[in-house]
Amino acid sequence: MTAAITIKSLRKTFGALTVLHEVDLSIEPGQFVVLVGPSGCGKSTLLDCICGLSQPTAGSLHFDDQDVTNLPPRERDIAMVFQSYALYPSMTVRQNIEFGLKVRKMPKAERDKEVTRVATLLKIEHLLDRRPSQMSGGQRQRVAMGRAMARRPRIFLFDEPLSNLDAKLRVEMRHEIKRMHQLVRTTTIYVTHDQVEALSLADVIVVMKEGHIQQVGTPQEIYDKPANTFVASFMGSPPMNLIPARMKRRDGVAGAELLPAGGLPNWIKLQEPAKPIADGEELIIGIRPEEFHFTSERPLLDGDVAELTLPINVLEPLGSEYVFTSTVNGAEVSARLNAKSGPHPDGDTLQVLFEPRRVCLFDPGTSNRL
Amino acid sequence: MLRYLPLSRVAIYGGLILAAAIYLFPMAVMLSTGLKTMPEIQIGNALSLPRDPTFAAFAKAWSGACTGINCEGIQRYFLNTVILIIPTALIPTFLGMLNGYVLSQWRFRGSEVFFALLLFGCFIPLQVVLLPMAQVLGWLGLANSYGGLMLVHIAYGIPFTTMFFRNYYVSLPPELVRAARVDGASFFQIFWSIIVPISGPIIIVSLIWQFTQVWNDFLFAVIFSGADSQPVMVALNNIVKTSTGTKEYNVDMAAALLAGLPTLIVYLISGRFFVRGLTAGAVKG
Repeated sequence: MTAAITIKSLRKTFGALTVLHEVDLSIEPGQFVVLVGPSGCGKSTLLDCICGLSQPTAGSLHFDDQDVTNLPPRERDIAMVFQSYALYPSMTVRQNIEFGLKVRKMPKAERDKEVTRVATLLKIEHLLDRRPSQMSGGQRQRVAMGRAMARRPRIFLFDEPLSNLDAKLRVEMRHEIKRMHQLVRTTTIYVTHDQVEALSLADVIVVMKEGHIQQVGTPQEIYDKPANTFVASFMGSPPMNLIPARMKRRDGVAGAELLPAGGLPNWIKLQEPAKPIADGEELIIGIRPEEFHFTSERPLLDGDVAELTLPINVLEPLGSEYVFTSTVNGAEVSARLNAKSGPHPDGDTLQVLFEPRRVCLFDPGTSNRL
Repeated sequence: MLRYLPLSRVAIYGGLILAAAIYLFPMAVMLSTGLKTMPEIQIGNALSLPRDPTFAAFAKAWSGACTGINCEGIQRYFLNTVILIIPTALIPTFLGMLNGYVLSQWRFRGSEVFFALLLFGCFIPLQVVLLPMAQVLGWLGLANSYGGLMLVHIAYGIPFTTMFFRNYYVSLPPELVRAARVDGASFFQIFWSIIVPISGPIIIVSLIWQFTQVWNDFLFAVIFSGADSQPVMVALNNIVKTSTGTKEYNVDMAAALLAGLPTLIVYLISGRFFVRGLTAGAVKG
């Protein structure tokens, strides 16, 4: 069984502090949804409200057609994996996994079967008699997942489950979580501040900031068409370059001038924004660092291609790519170039290409996408 | 090979040995006096070792020394204290455990203020509560009885035990209880299956604390106990104060040692748990 989740005008305040403002969100059964945002954005509070450890101040929460807004966690049929694993220290792995089943009065024989099933799935059979203190972080994380899966809940909740692991293990467990989800297809809500985790795991990403949902979309939508400059700079590493510019039409075609530091102004063509913008009005041009290309990649590019000669401030060769920073229109710009496509850049400037149609435009006043 | 002992070590051990000697000295004198006969004591050299050690004084202190007109030693009173100790150690420990669990893991509006007020109980001088306590015991019909003295010790112990357990549980990751709640466990299921099993060290601290507090207490004991429920510390006082003819220093010393023996034994056996429990930080999970 897996459930849809419907959140309507959910608000949560702690005294005078409003942590969540009127959050609306619909999640389809079986979806893997990642809540992502900087610390203090309300993502963990939202998760607490969904699991019932926190009561919303206003608004409603439904699992399928059932109103669960005021139900205690144990009546919600959910399971959660915590950042600190939260394994019960006095119990063995087997007892940890069994605990939720025991509390629900499942007979011993069935419990044993369930423990075996989960342990096999997660490859932790050999750990069943150990205590949490005798295991590594990765093993504990597996057990915590096993404990959640043993109950076959209708919703899985993950609260920054990988933050306490080292980088290598984090990638490994990320794959494991994805594999488990593909196997059980249970609705999952996953909270993280790590945008890479969000992009790699999610069917749907929910980007949050200061108690507001900024954007809901697939990883590709979030990445390619960020709703505002916050999403644009939060998702992706290095973040999207945001370059201030002014609308400057030529023969009725939308465009803007880019001025690399120490170089010559360069007019580039822009997509006509949905919202009409007068000539001379300010806007922000967003370009992902990997949208820049060596000139040798011109045959790979479609349609219009803009060309810029960028001054090199700092150059970092990373083996597969070159990352370098430059300055355009007074803003710092970073670019990632495929190392296979060009010689090691030497000298003070580098000629690069990009496709203007891949550029995002934002309103500097509201910071929303135009 | 020549072991090299740095001067700083010599100084540290020297200092420790000296301090230990200073603390142990009175006890050594007590023990040696208790093993002497009265004629030997009357020679007047308190520091000399007993020439012919005898346990006669201990036997008399246990079963023959007089308190007032009653000459049956401290044994009955010793037993009184043992009876007193059991509920006054167990009940505050259990209640402190529950209180600590609530105050650390199930905070409610005002729980910190509640805890702060409770802590006043730890710092109020005993003398301040004597009169109101006597009044309350009178109302309850518990004056001069086992029950009354037990109630006083239980009530007085709760702030301390609550503080121990609360401070111990506060270092637990809050996610432990959250995980158990999501797992479907109730308030008491969490308490019994998760909190109690990891409370070993602090339970020992609490039991030792209550044990020594109640065992060594004189003030509450002398005021609130009845004639037939007098604890050993009151009896000890009476023995030492009762003198018919010569003062039997050897019996006094023996009685004091016997009365103090249980707390001494408790510390020797579980002292290391006590220290470990007090210093134990987070339970690594």
